[in-house]
Amino acid sequence: MNDTPNTTRRGFLKAGLATGGALAAGGGGAAANPDPLITEVQPWATGLGAGVDATPYGLPIEYEADVIRRNVPWLTADVISSINFTPIHALDGTITPQGCAFERHHSGAIDMRKEDYRLMINGLVDTPLVFTYADLERFPRVNHTYFLECAANTGMEWAGAQLNGAQFTHGMIHNMEYTGVPLRTLLEEAGIQPSARWIYVEGADASSNGRSIPLEKALDDVLVAFRANGEALRMEHGYPVRLCVPGWEGNMWVKWLRRVEVMDRPVESREETSKYTDTLADGTSRKWTWVMDAKSIITSPSPQSPIVHGHGPLVIAGLAWSGRGAIERVDVSLDGGRNWQSARLAAPPQPMALTRFYLEIEWDGSEMLLQSRAIDSTGYVQPTKAQLREVRGLNSIYHNNCIQTWWIKPDGEAENVEVS
Amino acid sequence: APALAEKLGLGRPALPEEIAAWDVDVSPDGAGLPPGSGSVADGEVLFSENCAVCHGEFAEGVDNWPKLAGGDGTLAREDPLKTVGSYWPYLSTVWDYVHRTMPFGGAQTLSDDEVYAIVAYILYSNYLVDDEFVLSQENFLEVEMPNAGGFIVDDRDGVEVPRFSQPPCMNDCKDSVGITMRAAVLDVTPDETAAGET
Repeated sequence: MNDTPNTTRRGFLKAGLATGGALAAGGGGAAANPDPLITEVQPWATGLGAGVDATPYGLPIEYEADVIRRNVPWLTADVISSINFTPIHALDGTITPQGCAFERHHSGAIDMRKEDYRLMINGLVDTPLVFTYADLERFPRVNHTYFLECAANTGMEWAGAQLNGAQFTHGMIHNMEYTGVPLRTLLEEAGIQPSARWIYVEGADASSNGRSIPLEKALDDVLVAFRANGEALRMEHGYPVRLCVPGWEGNMWVKWLRRVEVMDRPVESREETSKYTDTLADGTSRKWTWVMDAKSIITSPSPQSPIVHGHGPLVIAGLAWSGRGAIERVDVSLDGGRNWQSARLAAPPQPMALTRFYLEIEWDGSEMLLQSRAIDSTGYVQPTKAQLREVRGLNSIYHNNCIQTWWIKPDGEAENVEVS
Repeated sequence: APALAEKLGLGRPALPEEIAAWDVDVSPDGAGLPPGSGSVADGEVLFSENCAVCHGEFAEGVDNWPKLAGGDGTLAREDPLKTVGSYWPYLSTVWDYVHRTMPFGGAQTLSDDEVYAIVAYILYSNYLVDDEFVLSQENFLEVEMPNAGGFIVDDRDGVEVPRFSQPPCMNDCKDSVGITMRAAVLDVTPDETAAGET
């Protein structure tokens, strides 16, 4: 092994292969020589590791340094109103570690203390109210796990296969267990007036990210959340308080939530007119396309997670989700959609949350065109890109939930492709 | 368990001054607009000082920064240019967004009259008003936005859901499969090792 470890997985793997396949060895064949990792006493088996006071709050071990958020500089004019991507190609299970969960800001990630936090509820209410952060922690609390998918996830792929990796094509997503107060509880504290039909929610940041939400959804399952995956929200995810809008496009999950206005009409703000409207082929545009449809992606193998172990047993792993309900089934094709088999769901699917699927196969080293197809509890079947283009054309930008194809080559490398 | 309909008595009433400070949204019917006015001529100066470094002297956009003018009649094209003039349905959104969020990095620094003037100049840049125009709270709703009728409410439930809710094919679903497009040929993905190896 090198003295200085390679800090990327592929760099590490390539180095390993060059020196005889340190990681790739095994596979049922008999060993020619005893393995020194077994026959020689290793430093970690004789010396001491780090003490319990070494890391009050830990980060991943250095060998996982490639499991990080990445950005694509050419996508936006600057890095403030911009996007980065969750390394879904390297993760497993369903919970996204907060530290590498994607970010999307319109005027940067702001830094606010809980002491400086205020939430206002005003408009068509009996008593407009101001809450402090401490007030929010005194309301009855719930925990729910939901995916947050940016409306623009996979948006760069409308016109063709463009970015080479699941992180870039499908990584504007994270899935967390949120703790918070139902928005309904806060609205009832203020007293909703009979003429109320909508709410308008906005953040404390300069962009405000104001969005209109129908009152029905607001009273159903919208959460005012202050913890995620057990701890406080990260700064970049809205610390100390954000909105959760289950199943709906990520833009509506207003961060640094500062105000909820109860209204009789939508505001038609910038983020629901200029942006987050979906232009169809004839030039008209859909507005209020809130729900995120059923979608799935094979996370491994994928372009950033190639097959390096040669022929034989192969785990195909992926994620599926739907804003319309729970995932019912995921089908996987090895031949570009000619034939399908149902994958195994790793755990009972939860509504509007990521679901992990696996398909274990014997790989004989031949080329594959891998696809996955999600089916949700309403019977909706994830469409192909051709099916979506037939309805929408090429300029929708948002809501691309098409079936993705990875071309697996005989050497195990994978590439983002489109197929006929 | 406590009955949720019962109030807990948390929070305190918001004062009128507090609501006025934070509730500044403007709706398509003009609700929320403050009194005030501004001319194209004043807007041209203000735009040059506050906005043109990113959006161009004529609101045509600099580099990758948003273009605020142009693009008429391009929405059905392969590469539509969506601007205030070609795309935005309501003038209220322009006023609200500029007032609340612009300039980028110096938001909430423009007075109400300055916002009226800048919005007037953006309209002029889109050939929607002449150079003598003065925008005010009174004439705000008279401005016609070209794409006001260009939006439909999400119709996926009717148009897509039935189509995409058929039992899917499992075997022999197509005769042949060929690769029609490759991301590696385009080659615009950031280098894998660039971020990890610092």
